[in-house]
Amino acid sequence: MTADLPEGLQADEGLATEIRALLAEHAGREGPLLPILHAVQARFGHLPAPALPLIAAALGLSRAEIHGIASFYHDFRELPAGRHVLKLCRAEACQAVGGVALAETMRRTLGIDWGETTPDGRVTLEPVFCLGLCACGPAAMLDGTVIGRATPDRLTEAVA
Amino acid sequence: MRLFLSQDAAAKALGAEQVAEAIRAAAPTAEVVRTGSRGMVWLEPLLEVETSAGRIAFGPVAVADVPGLFADGVPAPDHPRCLGLTEELPWMKRQTRLTFARCGVIDPLDLAAYEAEGGLAGLRRALEMTPAEIVAEVTDSGLRGRGGAGFPTGIKWNTVLGAQAERKYIVCNADEGDSGTFADRMLMEGDPFCLIEGMAIAGLAVEASTGFIYLRSEYPDAIRTMQAAVVAARASGLLGPSVLGSGRAFDMEIRVGAGAYVCGEETSLLNSLEGRRPVVRAKPPLPALQGLFGRPTVVNNVITLASVPVILARGAAFYAGFGLGRSRGTMPLQIAGNVQYGGLFEAGFGLTLSEVVDDIAGGTASGRPVKAVQVGGPLGAYFPRALFDTPFGYEDYAARDGLIGHAGIVVFDDTADMLTQARFAMEFCAVESCGKCTPCRIGAVRGVEVLDRVTRGEPGQIELLQDLCETMRFGSLCALGGFTPYPVLSALSHFPDDFARERKAA
Repeated sequence: MTADLPEGLQADEGLATEIRALLAEHAGREGPLLPILHAVQARFGHLPAPALPLIAAALGLSRAEIHGIASFYHDFRELPAGRHVLKLCRAEACQAVGGVALAETMRRTLGIDWGETTPDGRVTLEPVFCLGLCACGPAAMLDGTVIGRATPDRLTEAVA
Repeated sequence: MRLFLSQDAAAKALGAEQVAEAIRAAAPTAEVVRTGSRGMVWLEPLLEVETSAGRIAFGPVAVADVPGLFADGVPAPDHPRCLGLTEELPWMKRQTRLTFARCGVIDPLDLAAYEAEGGLAGLRRALEMTPAEIVAEVTDSGLRGRGGAGFPTGIKWNTVLGAQAERKYIVCNADEGDSGTFADRMLMEGDPFCLIEGMAIAGLAVEASTGFIYLRSEYPDAIRTMQAAVVAARASGLLGPSVLGSGRAFDMEIRVGAGAYVCGEETSLLNSLEGRRPVVRAKPPLPALQGLFGRPTVVNNVITLASVPVILARGAAFYAGFGLGRSRGTMPLQIAGNVQYGGLFEAGFGLTLSEVVDDIAGGTASGRPVKAVQVGGPLGAYFPRALFDTPFGYEDYAARDGLIGHAGIVVFDDTADMLTQARFAMEFCAVESCGKCTPCRIGAVRGVEVLDRVTRGEPGQIELLQDLCETMRFGSLCALGGFTPYPVLSALSHFPDDFARERKAA
């Protein structure tokens, strides 16, 4: 049934097999879409476009619906991220202790804006609204590891 | 030698893992119990040593301190990092730790330790009660929703209990997105069985056998701990077809969010759980009657549910004995931002903002004067010093055009520009709006534009801003659009000087 899909949405056999295996793991769950999207991104680092028609077909939804849901969330990416993902908290508690200045320094140092990846593919910079580290800000997270009282030097060293 | 070292995310963010490694090298025979956090974030990583008199605290411990600490085998009380007995520290002594009694004390995944410290007593009592009796106990305790809305928990449960359905659900809202809040995170990382027990009691109370915890993706440590705790609870018979051998079933699953603030709104959260686009639903119908998959559903915040075990264990009257007015029991205050002593401080309702900010938090970390305190997250009002006599309670904050929300308290010093903060509130709303209702979706964007014109000193903008805020407040479907005016208007009314910009030459 994927045969009439436009170019770019055709899953090759390897991808289709992997996606079907992931879908099988979630069969029978109540409200399976969000766990499926997380599983696909955990496996591929992003949501490959050809995966969406397969998920849609399995759940009886349209591609547009899957896109509408996945794109609602900040977490899901359409393209792979850099080797490191640096998230900087932009919320109020971190603003109160220099978070805005830290973010500006890091954007300048890395030469990229929010959501962008350095040209060498080393690091993707993302905003996050609260990591729950509000008593030891400015807070950051590098590839899932939390960093408190972050400074430009410490973050620059961490992504080197 | 028995040592205790926090593995809470805040402790890790300040180097606890590196300290743990250094301790393993310096004292290879010591037993190191990894706990949750005591809540004194400025002292993390906090190391505790078990003695016959109690646990002695050392902190904040840096990797460089470790060889010296263990030079004579056991860390000595005359070491510069020694703080004395943990329980005798002023921060600890002044608290009433009911919900967080075990947090920072035990290994979060040690069910035997949980039980030894009073865990499961509430559930065991609930198993001997009828659903109506459990609901009555929670109602009598005066417990209200700790997520922010403050709705009486017992009344919500009673609605779900009275609803006739083949299937009902308990949904725990662990999408703690408010800046300045981390109580849910700390509880889930430090005492996950407490939340599981609370949800099991809720299940017994409303005759639901399935629970979901909707946990935000920004909390990977909490996700790992909660998932491990559910597995352990199932293996020991705390969860499953026969809870503690009672013949009554309750089980649960952890679902991970994907970075959308609005999913902390209960109807958006339900849509997200169902796998739909997480826009807000209009109410009615109430989730209590038509919630998850259209079935009667209890949706409660982590702290609400984690407060239930102690209420059942020690009785409604004991819990209701703390607090003031219609705000009964305790609230874990989360003291954050620019403060000298930040962290989690659980106390009965009623502390004034001055006591919290000037006394408990010790003023700002920068040493500069406090300018404003935002209470209740990004949708909460900014309070000036003139309102620091406000006692901590749902009605008391509402009476001053504010809200306590999830009890996040974010302190700013006098370098803060309140026009910038107001603009951020609108910008945040614009980014996070689900888009369903116009006042929020369009209003927030217009709000940023109006505030930019205020910044440029254009005339006539303040009236427009007030008008826009009124539209958002009364016309929005949920609290995101409806409460964004709180930080904006409080900044405007309490700090008008920051909004009086000179018109810049073109």
